[in-house]
Amino acid sequence: MYRRITLSMLLLLLLALAVACTPAATPAPAAPTVAPEATTPPPAQAETVGGYQIPTIQEGKYNVAFVYVGPHDDGGWTQAHDQGRIYVQDNVADVHTAYVENVAEGADAEQVTRSLARKGFDVIFTTSFGFMDASEIVASEFPDVDIIHLTGFKANGENFGNLMGAMENMKYAAGMLAGARAKADGNPRLGYIATFPIPEELRLGNAFALGAQQTCPECTVDVRWIFTWHDPILEKEAASSMFDAGVQVVMTGADTPAPAEAAPEGKWGITYDYQYNCTNPRCLTSMYWNWGPVYARIVEESRAGTWKGGWEYFDSDTGGMGLSGFGEGEELMPGVASLPEADLALIRETYGKFLSGELNRFDVFKGPITDNQGNLVLAEGVSLEQADLDGFAQFGSECKTCMYWWNQNVTAELPSLE
Amino acid sequence: MNPEIILHAGIATGTVLLFAAIGEVLAERAGILNLGVEGMMLLGAMAGFKMSLASGNPWLGVLVAVAAAGVLSLAHGLVSIHFQADQVVSGLSLTFLGTGLALVFGEGLTGKSPPLIPNLDIPLLSSIPFIGPVFFDDHSILVYFGYLLAPLTWYYIHKTRPGMHLRAVGEKPEAADTLGINVYRLRYFYTFLGGCLAGLAGVAISLSVSPGWYSAQTTSGQGWIAIGLVIFAQWNPINAALGAYLFGAVRRAILDLQGPRTLFGFTNPLFINSNWGFFLQMAPYLLTILALIIGSRAAMRRRLGAPAALGVPYIRGERGL
Repeated sequence: MYRRITLSMLLLLLLALAVACTPAATPAPAAPTVAPEATTPPPAQAETVGGYQIPTIQEGKYNVAFVYVGPHDDGGWTQAHDQGRIYVQDNVADVHTAYVENVAEGADAEQVTRSLARKGFDVIFTTSFGFMDASEIVASEFPDVDIIHLTGFKANGENFGNLMGAMENMKYAAGMLAGARAKADGNPRLGYIATFPIPEELRLGNAFALGAQQTCPECTVDVRWIFTWHDPILEKEAASSMFDAGVQVVMTGADTPAPAEAAPEGKWGITYDYQYNCTNPRCLTSMYWNWGPVYARIVEESRAGTWKGGWEYFDSDTGGMGLSGFGEGEELMPGVASLPEADLALIRETYGKFLSGELNRFDVFKGPITDNQGNLVLAEGVSLEQADLDGFAQFGSECKTCMYWWNQNVTAELPSLE
Repeated sequence: MNPEIILHAGIATGTVLLFAAIGEVLAERAGILNLGVEGMMLLGAMAGFKMSLASGNPWLGVLVAVAAAGVLSLAHGLVSIHFQADQVVSGLSLTFLGTGLALVFGEGLTGKSPPLIPNLDIPLLSSIPFIGPVFFDDHSILVYFGYLLAPLTWYYIHKTRPGMHLRAVGEKPEAADTLGINVYRLRYFYTFLGGCLAGLAGVAISLSVSPGWYSAQTTSGQGWIAIGLVIFAQWNPINAALGAYLFGAVRRAILDLQGPRTLFGFTNPLFINSNWGFFLQMAPYLLTILALIIGSRAAMRRRLGAPAALGVPYIRGERGL
């Protein structure tokens, strides 16, 4: 009896620990909840799959489901998507939207996505890099369900496509802002909280570093890898780690507004993903996504039968992204408003050109660019190509100048991929 | 990378584990294994955060957090002491219950900024070289409370009469019963106390160490580490405190080690290849698993000093196991 209890205790604990260790997973399978559509609650016959409650469809409506990696109110990446979901609910006729949150990447994601497809959802958005293979598999099993995966690189030309936007434009503008701030404060050191060494994170970090180079040529960028998309506590610790090491402005590539909250008096953070998460007085701006219009268009196309799962990468002239504080009717944060007029004017001008389409992602990555090993990545006037922005040759990308380098002002190394 | 900074941060984050682990030490010393620490912590983190936000007083938040987690732990007490059910199952369900309650009542709290527990410098002590900046400079009041709690708990358990009763109830409840000690009442009391400290650990996160409410990620598995830490610490509150600080420092060192190009004149492996950080991130969990494997062997447990009646329901009038 005694022995049995201890053994079962050990097994259960190991199991719980395994779950707790998984990045972006909640420690307990009881945690994920489902909040149905914004307006009326659906019938309460939700099914539970692997600890996740699967919402039901509404007959006669076009049913759209979202699979989230974090909680819907994380104040960052997932909340931005949830805003997009609410936009679809409010602006597209006869739709029903629902979501499943806190879904672990990997097998759980596949189970959840399959259950949503089986329930009869017409469109499913899976909003994390690690949902890619799960989305591909479920799409092949349910040819009538359109599955849109975010930030990956796979598509099947039919009912499975991927979607991402040129956030590098906003990171570039934010880099200019951070550089100007650090220069004005007399401490030319910036920091970047990076998640995983994938093309997206290197691209966005390099865009930030290139932007900073424009306003602050002497600025350097520190990097901290955290190997998770969503761990607010760890993100804060990473920010503190850089602030304590002497960094002046920290920008994040992960999902929450934590960095600004970790900034001590006189230092600054730049938040990501969600327009309204730059509220801390030590926050400079938020590089935000505006998914609503993009999602609404895709849902309409899907209903009309014109949507084909391809490789969609929208630029900043679509209105799908922005910098908070710079929009109409918005006020600049104190740390931005107090910048030298010349720098601020330059940032406004560049930002305006990004929104109008005069500048785009290929201007961000235009030579001359030198990496921090001293190699010339791009010669004067040459731009990266689309495949270069999002590929490693090792994963079958057709990239020629693959996104596996750090800009010259980044003080970090990349391990060899061989 | 500065060892002073790493240790300073380690002590701040370690304080969370310290409260939770000492709470669990007390409960386990009384023979009650409570695996619901994670749930109680999360409930405490939420309740304290919400109360501070509503009332404007962080100390009211601490009070409510402690009370909420304490009351939640009584559910475990009821099931495992009164109904003599399996403590493992009951504790795990308590985690789910606490997590669920915290998430439901914590809806909409993300991004809010309530008043926080203030940080303090200790005059004189903070000017001692190295020790001052690490232990007595710009720490939350709760950190200083942690410094007192660990030795006081040790003294209480080992040197006082109620502490002896506590140990008796966890080692041989039937013998304690014949001495007129109320086993049920004491087990309820220490389960409650353990819950209160778990709540304090939770509110230490949300109102002090890493202020904010981030749903289940607020505690991100630290309750489980605290349970492992108890075995690691051989049910000794002083060891638990040291282990907690160590785990906290490791967490921070993983990040700080990525910064410098060289360490002590050698090329820094973490700078060249940040993937090594994975192994360091595993370290606390590996240590926890190791501690649990050791702790699960009956002979080993006795040598480590586990309470003999840990996890065994006491049924008055029946012979002990």
